[in-house]
Amino acid sequence: MVAGAVAALTPRSVGASTAPQPKVSDTPNDWGTCLTITWTPAPAADSVSGYEIWRATAEGSGAAPEPMPSQGWEKIKQVAATDTSLVDSGLRHGQRYAYTVVAIAPGGRAASSPTQPLAPKRQWIIRDRVNILISVLAFVLTVLALVEWARRGAKLFIRRIAGLEAVEEAVGRATEMGRPILYVPGLDPMDEVATVAAVDILGQVAKKAGEYETKLVVPNRDPIVMAVAQQVVRESYSAVGKPHLYREENIFYVTYSQFGFAAAVAGIMLRERPAANFFIGHFYAEALVLAETGNTTGAIQIAGTDSDAQLPFFITSCDYTLIGEELYAGAVYLSRQPLMLGALKSQDYAKVLLIAAMIGGVVLSAVNPELALKIRAFFR
Amino acid sequence: MLIQFFTPNPLFLNIYNVFLDWKQVVLGFTYILGTWSLIRYHTRKIQRKQENWQYSYVALTGLVMTVGAAAIWKTATGPYPWLFDYVQVPMQSTMFSLLAFFVASASYRAFRARTLHATLLLVAGCIVMLGRVPIGSYIAGDIFGVHISLVEISDWILNVPNLAAKRGIMIGVGLGMTATAIKIVLGIEQTYLGKTD
Repeated sequence: MVAGAVAALTPRSVGASTAPQPKVSDTPNDWGTCLTITWTPAPAADSVSGYEIWRATAEGSGAAPEPMPSQGWEKIKQVAATDTSLVDSGLRHGQRYAYTVVAIAPGGRAASSPTQPLAPKRQWIIRDRVNILISVLAFVLTVLALVEWARRGAKLFIRRIAGLEAVEEAVGRATEMGRPILYVPGLDPMDEVATVAAVDILGQVAKKAGEYETKLVVPNRDPIVMAVAQQVVRESYSAVGKPHLYREENIFYVTYSQFGFAAAVAGIMLRERPAANFFIGHFYAEALVLAETGNTTGAIQIAGTDSDAQLPFFITSCDYTLIGEELYAGAVYLSRQPLMLGALKSQDYAKVLLIAAMIGGVVLSAVNPELALKIRAFFR
Repeated sequence: MLIQFFTPNPLFLNIYNVFLDWKQVVLGFTYILGTWSLIRYHTRKIQRKQENWQYSYVALTGLVMTVGAAAIWKTATGPYPWLFDYVQVPMQSTMFSLLAFFVASASYRAFRARTLHATLLLVAGCIVMLGRVPIGSYIAGDIFGVHISLVEISDWILNVPNLAAKRGIMIGVGLGMTATAIKIVLGIEQTYLGKTD
């Protein structure tokens, strides 16, 4: 095997113009295990069919014109003629490496001079994400400040959200009609934030259902969401002094199949005729099947989703729709817990900041485009 | 979990991967929980002879047949792939195709020009729909000396007002998700753990 490799490396120069000029540099944003090799492409007239990239530790690197395994060189990859760079990964931190690039052409091969040996460096922070880190830290501080403000008794104004105001009306209607309430907490698993928000709102709806002693049906697509929903409804019933009304069989698992779930929930709507339907969480293409079926039964329907593709369907088929962020505000709005209100208010301040940044960006782009581009480059 | 997003240090990435592996393990157990819930739901319905209880036999038979087929003949050959290809997939496709009819009924309701908003929606909807089909490119004319086709108006509606509204919603969603995540990390939000106060 080694003899074959050596035989293949017999020097056959095809002219100095073909020999690439490689440079090696540290690969950014890694833990000191990668180096990046770049080279100038060969002239088109040389008809280069590809490049071989050879590596040697600084101590073992031999001289041009051809890297030889016997001199400590190791061929790491052969790339296409159109490639002009390669990231060599899996290197040892602290070890210095030299590279040489061999151009392969029909007329022969031409090796570059070895690069200056270089050791990969470690970076503690991914530089491309520093802007995100700063933004997240600023937002966390805003949340903490407003939570503390709310804890001290500050009155925080939250605008009226019609869809959430209607929750009481929907539960009351179901009670008057003697029919159940249907609550679908989306199709996503418990590790999605939209599902957490859906379960939060479920807790508030369950309290109202408990107060009015109305049956609450919660079909689930995910077993973990089912287990959490059972616990949340049980606690809500206990919180309003009606633990005996809790029925575990009303919060059940249906199927993981998307349209199997849609068929089952549509069947529940047509058979049990719930007077109020809640579709809260993240939904996919089945959203319209659920909402339109519910619409045909005459139920009052409240939907809430962060899925922008499904929002038009819910707006068309439901009486009230929580649009995007309103979904995340739902539980706070209904519970009015001061600490949660603080966190909710921070979203408004962040939005004000973003709107100001957008207007500022437009103005700056008109007044000083170069500065605007520099700022934009930093935040990219 | 959060730190690994900001640092290339493999220690944090390894911790993150360990959590992901454990998530898969937990997920496996939750299917037992789900299956148990399904069996209890239908057996209870049969015992109590609730309305349409006969269909619960169908659901339970389907469950036993599918699991049994996979256990006896394995999943690559035999009745299991047949059940999947010729029972489950066609039923799912049937449900999915129903969307066409639901879109028609929802569109009819949304496009009734009874208010200014509904009228605007109707006009915008017609322009976009016509702009997406071949005949749309033939509908063109000069407006104030500028030649404009329906396709261009359709693209403008999609790329300017529609995209601006979508981005506005997505910014709000992003902030809402971040705020909720922070509340969970800081322990302010505990409803998902069953705490309701």
